[in-house]
Amino acid sequence: MKTLRISLTVNGEVVEREVPARLNLVDFLRHDLGFTGSHVGCEQGACGACTVLVDGETVRGCLLLAVQADGCKVETIEIMEFEDLRAAFHRLNALQCGFCTPGMLLSAQELLQAKPKPSRAEIREYLSGNFCRCTGYQAIVDAVEAVARARGG
Amino acid sequence: MSIGAEVPRDRAKRLLLGRGRYVDDISLPRMLHLAFVRSPYAHARIEAVDCTDARALDGVVAVLTAAEIADAVASWRAEHKLFPAMAAPEQFALARDIVRWQGEAVAVVVADSRAVAEDGAELVAVTWHELVAVTDAKKALEREAPVLHDDMDSNLAFTTEVASGNTKAAFEKADHVVEEHFRFHRHSGVSLEPRGIIAEFEPSENRLTVHQSHQTPHQQQDLYARLLSLPEHKVRVICPDVGGAFGLKHHLMADELVACVAAKLLARPVKFIADRLESFLADIHCRDHEVTARMAFSPSGEILAVEVDDLFNAGAYGQYPRTSIAEGNQITRLTGAPYRHEHYTANLRMAFLNKSILGHIRSVGHPIACAVAERLVDMGAAKLGLDPIEVRRANYLHGDDFPRTSVGGVEFEYLSLRGCLDKALTMIDVPGFREEQANLRAKGIYRGLGVGTFVELTAIGPEYYGQGGQHISAQETCLLRLEASGDVRCYTGATDQGQGIDTGIQQVVSDTLGVPLAAIEVISGDSALCPVGGGSWGSRGAALAGEAALRAANTLRRNILSIAAGLLQKDVAALNIEDGTVVEAGISHMTVAEVARIGHFQPYAIPDGIPADLTVVERYATKDRLFLAGNGVQIATVEVDVDTGIVTPLRHLVVHDCGRILNPLLVREQVRGGVVQGIGSALYEELRYDDDGHLLTGSFADYLVPMAGEMPDIEVAHLENPTATSELGAKGAGEAGTAGAVSAILNAVNDAIAPLEATIAEVPVTPPRLLKALGQI
Ligand code: FES
Ligand code: FES
Repeated sequence: MKTLRISLTVNGEVVEREVPARLNLVDFLRHDLGFTGSHVGCEQGACGACTVLVDGETVRGCLLLAVQADGCKVETIEIMEFEDLRAAFHRLNALQCGFCTPGMLLSAQELLQAKPKPSRAEIREYLSGNFCRCTGYQAIVDAVEAVARARGG
Repeated sequence: MSIGAEVPRDRAKRLLLGRGRYVDDISLPRMLHLAFVRSPYAHARIEAVDCTDARALDGVVAVLTAAEIADAVASWRAEHKLFPAMAAPEQFALARDIVRWQGEAVAVVVADSRAVAEDGAELVAVTWHELVAVTDAKKALEREAPVLHDDMDSNLAFTTEVASGNTKAAFEKADHVVEEHFRFHRHSGVSLEPRGIIAEFEPSENRLTVHQSHQTPHQQQDLYARLLSLPEHKVRVICPDVGGAFGLKHHLMADELVACVAAKLLARPVKFIADRLESFLADIHCRDHEVTARMAFSPSGEILAVEVDDLFNAGAYGQYPRTSIAEGNQITRLTGAPYRHEHYTANLRMAFLNKSILGHIRSVGHPIACAVAERLVDMGAAKLGLDPIEVRRANYLHGDDFPRTSVGGVEFEYLSLRGCLDKALTMIDVPGFREEQANLRAKGIYRGLGVGTFVELTAIGPEYYGQGGQHISAQETCLLRLEASGDVRCYTGATDQGQGIDTGIQQVVSDTLGVPLAAIEVISGDSALCPVGGGSWGSRGAALAGEAALRAANTLRRNILSIAAGLLQKDVAALNIEDGTVVEAGISHMTVAEVARIGHFQPYAIPDGIPADLTVVERYATKDRLFLAGNGVQIATVEVDVDTGIVTPLRHLVVHDCGRILNPLLVREQVRGGVVQGIGSALYEELRYDDDGHLLTGSFADYLVPMAGEMPDIEVAHLENPTATSELGAKGAGEAGTAGAVSAILNAVNDAIAPLEATIAEVPVTPPRLLKALGQI
């Protein structure tokens, strides 16, 4: 099995590892580094459960190979500092099982940074790459809207 | 009061930090990984399985086939003694000789990593002899159809009739009859976290420890003990954080059983996590019914009789241990249940065919029963030129009709259908909608409004499975332990997959005991630690586990007060606990923590002969109460694009009565989540197969699920008519959204296309189906 040496920054720390060429990024983060906050729901790029930040942008961790993240800055839910977003999700019950939640939060944060004052329709649109099977999405939209308002958007 | 308050869930905080612990997040020393070799055919004979190359692969530890595990695990049959005539063919953990659906596992590769296990699975060479597949019930029941199981002479798994009154005569006499032929296609629960398990076996102790993404740890403990011939007290099933379940995860799944077998044979921890393709292939599926139904009306719109014929496309076997009958059972018992009519006949034919096993997924059968009846009511109203809403109101069971045993044989203590309808009509301006609808139609924009009435059977009592012979607990037990600090640990047999029952129970204990929420921790999902209970399925948590918690809290409260009264030399009747303190007429005497400290460490100070246990257990088992019926009304509006066939949900509202509500914050979003799943099955979700039984929808690109962008806001309101059968008064809530959503959407779509002289009775209502109904293709 072909392996390659990679060096990248994960959640603020430099990581050097020899990894199989076929290993995807989310499996690398979860199983090699123990950052299990990003989840695997489909491995087909469709559900968004594996969402992580690579060089500041959300990507699907199942569609990127770990070797493609060589030299990149990778961040996961575990180090995200958006307590207001978390608090709103908690207060408004915008999660049930929580499996979609890390991906949902990262997408929501990205939206709020790009567009501080999104409409409900825009929130729904932006989050449409993140599948949630438990909630009716509404509490999620409510939470994102509430944070946008509180942040002064 | 904490009950009824909008209390957010403690556990959610951890999940928001990415610190959840789902099965795949757990790793054990020397853990191995599984990959299954699955049948590419829906029906085939296994001529030979050659594992030589797979076994030779570096990193592969074992390859197991049916022969290798035959001595280690028993077979099973999905039997139900209340339906003794139902066929229950023998099932094996890995297929022997014949595979009967695409995706059925024939071998498993155990390796150092999942990737290597998958490589190994590709090297297993199976020689197949493809057989003719039977993929729909109609064909399966034809005389010349190949029969799936040797010990059956046809594919008819079960047939039954539910009858009351004289339906035939009623239809003959009736002035108006409407009839429709419905098709409800196959879909599934599709939890975002797939099925998964880690099984660990300690040979020196004959001990199996399982971490499984599951809803029913005690049921699994019993099953693994029996099927693997292990002493039950040496089997422990732990359900860690579960990433959604929806009924999908309260069955025995052969894959997970094989993981236990592998762990036992190899004496090493074994992990199996289903990937998405094998989830679609080999998860439990649901629905897949073809229903023909009629409804008879008097000229004034009174419903006189209902007749239902359900052809049930079950899977290749019955689902174990509950069997697959329930969907057919609910459809034949519940269709038209909200309405007062005397003449009812429902027939069921359930056929085995070459598809994955069909089981209990959220709202089992209800969406079909609702959609059939609600569609017929709309059709009848249209035929008679009456307002469908008024036809409903006039025919709903109400007032003096209760208590009542329905014509389908279901007991209703009370239903608040008229109340729900009235409330719903305050939330939407129907005349205003009609006016706008007419204006828009003139512009070629087609909108529709649909009403869906639902009755939801929740919190099943022990008789159904008890008399069926299944080892399925339908009672609940709660154990409360007052720690020396005065904090409380609460152990429940219910499980929490995010619906928040832990929080609901915490609220019940807090109110009943008189201690703050923060002083209570609820512990669930562990078959060794928690008292025996059924887990969470069938909307039972609040009604059953909530009541058990209330009883346990009452007992603990009595004991605390007895001790305090003894110590204080007071009349126990004069004492109360408020906010963690024992009070008498508002005056504090001592804290619960002081009582606890004395109870634990200075028990000699407590007078003899008073109840002084600080660990208490109470149980709640009902008798002769098969279900608690919740009910409600949903109203949907949609827009149909008649050129593309795309249906856009516009508004969706739900008025629901589930008795006493423990926590409206949690119930609301549960109802919404249920509605979204219902909209999914009404418009998008379908497991499509070709004629040979090959699954065509093996990814989220082909199996469409509702995403945020397509979903409307869902307005939810509640009426609260508590059940009198328990002190708490709660009924189940979790499936209400799903039960009624399909009917509301289907009626709304039909209302939208009515001016085009088109109708549709096939769900999901996909664009091609709708365009066909409109005569466009
Ligand atoms: S796991 Fe990556 S998108 Fe689903
Ligand atoms: S909360 Fe379960 S998938 Fe979103």
